[in-house]
Amino acid sequence: MAPAPSSTTSAVTLNINGEKHQLTVDHRTTLLDALRERLDLTGTKKGCDQGQCGACTVLVDGRRAVSCLNLAVAAEGREITTIEGMAEGDRLHPVQQAFLDLDGYQCGYCTPGQICSAIAVIEEHAAGWPSAATDDVRPEAGPPPLTPDEIRERMSGNLCRCGAYVSIVQAVTRAAEAHEAEARGTDGDRDAQEAAA
Amino acid sequence: MTTATTGGRTTVRGVVGTSRTRVEGREKVTGAARYAGEIPFADLAHGWLVLSTVARGRIRSVDTEPVLAMPGVLAVLHHGNAPRLETDYVGLLGIPPDPTAAVFQNDRVPHLGWPVALVVAENSEQAREAAEALVVAYDEEPHDTRLTGAHPDAYPAAGVMPAETEKGDLDAGLAESPFVVDEAYTTPEEHHSMMEPHAATALWDGGRLEVVDSNQGTTWIQGELAKMFSLDESAVRVRSEHIGGGFGSKGLRAHQVSAVMAATVLQRPVRVVMTRRQMFSLAGYRSPTAQRVRLGADADGRLRALDHRSVSQTSTVYEFVEPSAGVARVMYDAEAHRTANEVVRLDVPSPTFMRAPGEAPGSFAIESALDELAERCGVDPVELRLRNEPETGPVSGLPFGSRNLEACFREGARRFGWDGRDPRTGVRRDGRWLLGTGTAAASFGAGAAPSTALLTAEADGGFTVRISAADIGTGARTALTMIAADALEVAPDRVRVRIGDSDFGPAMIAGGSMGTRSWAWAVTEAARELRERLALGTPVPPEGITVRSDTTAALGSLAQKERHSYGAQFAEVAVDTATGEVRVRRMLGIFAAGRIVNPLTARNQLVGGMIWGVSMALHEEAVRDRVSGGLYAPDLAGYHVATHADIGDIDADWVDDSDPEDPVGIKGVGEIGIVGAAAAVANAVWHATGVRHRDLPIRPDRVLSAAAANGGAAGTDGGAADA
Repeated sequence: MAPAPSSTTSAVTLNINGEKHQLTVDHRTTLLDALRERLDLTGTKKGCDQGQCGACTVLVDGRRAVSCLNLAVAAEGREITTIEGMAEGDRLHPVQQAFLDLDGYQCGYCTPGQICSAIAVIEEHAAGWPSAATDDVRPEAGPPPLTPDEIRERMSGNLCRCGAYVSIVQAVTRAAEAHEAEARGTDGDRDAQEAAA
Repeated sequence: MTTATTGGRTTVRGVVGTSRTRVEGREKVTGAARYAGEIPFADLAHGWLVLSTVARGRIRSVDTEPVLAMPGVLAVLHHGNAPRLETDYVGLLGIPPDPTAAVFQNDRVPHLGWPVALVVAENSEQAREAAEALVVAYDEEPHDTRLTGAHPDAYPAAGVMPAETEKGDLDAGLAESPFVVDEAYTTPEEHHSMMEPHAATALWDGGRLEVVDSNQGTTWIQGELAKMFSLDESAVRVRSEHIGGGFGSKGLRAHQVSAVMAATVLQRPVRVVMTRRQMFSLAGYRSPTAQRVRLGADADGRLRALDHRSVSQTSTVYEFVEPSAGVARVMYDAEAHRTANEVVRLDVPSPTFMRAPGEAPGSFAIESALDELAERCGVDPVELRLRNEPETGPVSGLPFGSRNLEACFREGARRFGWDGRDPRTGVRRDGRWLLGTGTAAASFGAGAAPSTALLTAEADGGFTVRISAADIGTGARTALTMIAADALEVAPDRVRVRIGDSDFGPAMIAGGSMGTRSWAWAVTEAARELRERLALGTPVPPEGITVRSDTTAALGSLAQKERHSYGAQFAEVAVDTATGEVRVRRMLGIFAAGRIVNPLTARNQLVGGMIWGVSMALHEEAVRDRVSGGLYAPDLAGYHVATHADIGDIDADWVDDSDPEDPVGIKGVGEIGIVGAAAAVANAVWHATGVRHRDLPIRPDRVLSAAAANGGAAGTDGGAADA
């Protein structure tokens, strides 16, 4: 049982990878430390603990967040997805599979953050979000082609000191193409629109 | 598997040379791979290091009492109460320990960020708060942290190679040369900045010290800790399963030693993790260098005189030499030839090995100088290098092992589109960008060190390799699986490779681009012996049949030669002289690096090295404040390493590079990728703008002030800079 809350602790319920976890946390505990030190979810990495490297990237309500700059007490009621929640049983997420197949890593320490970020990048792009690398940012222009430059710009919050950037971009490209093909296959309307365009 | 017969010898074509994904890849992409700070222990306590806030002086007092009264605090270790350590020894690498790791032994403070105490508490929040609350008083002394090439205290220093080499009459050689280059180059303080901070957990288990760590060699750290704590080596076990990058920094450091001290005092498991900011003074770094290169050449660009002097810095407590002047001892010959490495002892942290120590900064200077010589002689830079290929080791006089630099340049020039390059500067434009191309040569030593391996034929038909190798992101685990499979002539899925445990016996560290070469040698030897045992037809008992190899004797019988890997770097840059921005649009490195075990991971690692070169050329610079003696903004926001958006199209490939006399044929690819890369970028910036950048990094302000000093020539029609 978690100890009772006090003036410096609070009881919180965290929704992580679809599972509810009740715990009492020190108010100073970051979401990152709660994951790693309290819930044994060590896939989320601590690279700098100050929001500069991206190794601790998780999805909060589907959007990218650096968990080292979020307090655990503030994460209550949010839907948090970590690297441990990306695969479906033995079946890797297509982004994970692409990183594995194309060697989109070396030491592997930035990898969970890169993968969480890439999954969100593909979603953000599909939803039409522009980036600093986008030429035409008008909403009616639709999603820009997901070129290597677009991926590089959108992934730049995630440092990889081993320098696996080239294969990471290849992996994200492959996963994005698969994602797009799947979206086409299941969305006849969009197919028709694209055919008409 | 297929077999082929060559010259009466049957060779088996196996998996070596084919691309294979990493054996631990699934664990890494799912987050299941556990790094040092992530392995749970019951009753774990957390240590937090306290670092000095002055650059030089003595500790007057450590006010422990208020901190000990804080919630959860278990102990405060400092020079007044810490266990005494033995530091008068020589470790596995043949060098004494850096006193920076031998924490809390006296009251001296030799640099800012020196470890002065460890606060241990029940959880990390409590330890951190108490560490920040601990008051340490100092008697401060004046400090000197500024390296210059003309520093009066510079002295020749050996390190891993002789300090100085000299032959011929340098002054005469220079005087007789129709073309002379005499320039100074500087590189800044650079930090490894691997993504995983140093982390160690120490505990006593039944009279044996267990350390779970992130390091580049478990038997290395086992030996150091045993000597330092006066323990029998068999009473120390060090494990390091997954390592989030090393690059030379993950050796014996303050975190392991302080964790062992605290675990000893408290008799419970203690974990110490460096913060990102602490790494900038505790984890080593690459010294800044001040270099001078003098080249004298004939009209056709053949060198008659070569002089390379490099000055680097070290701390007042430890001598580490960044041997930048060593490059020409391998690469370029001249009748008059002089090289010298010097250091200055300053009130700064101890530098250490960092990816291609010596070669990375040294190649920037000498490969830039060669480009300047090519310009003055009017010889193509590729051709200039090919004209200066030495017959034998310029200093040693030894024959070379395989030296395929020429093949690298020929193949690289062809694929990059170098031929027909217009040597004029400042004449190619793409909108606001000035374009240019540059090249440089690369070399790195291909050594090996004694290693042992255990190989077991299991009763179920599988094989287990146990070797205290380290996979710091190199793909060593996968490479050794492939090598063992081929040596045993079995499919790789029947081989299990276990690494990162000092109980497996002594082996080379992951360093000096020697790891895979050294370990592969031991694994191959063990496989040969095991196959001989199995050939006798003995049935495999339930516990398996285990053999142990030791390559010490085999290494000793290897003929003395100059053994190195080589490479040719090509870069295309775009420079905006209105903003000072430099972009590396594309880069190609062609390497001669022996037998490539796994093309998938080798290419990745070579490209990674080249990305380090881009980062070194354009971004990385730790700036030391002369007043405080510390760094400005020592973190990943203040210290820039290349990110995704900084990296364009970069590719690496290799030429055939076999040495029939070499029993392993592997040379290692960890370091060669960075060598020459920064020079290729700087030479391309010159080609684009007509401005030489002899000081790294090539920051926007430097591009702008250079353009201004040139009267705005860079960006116009480019003539003025050449005049």
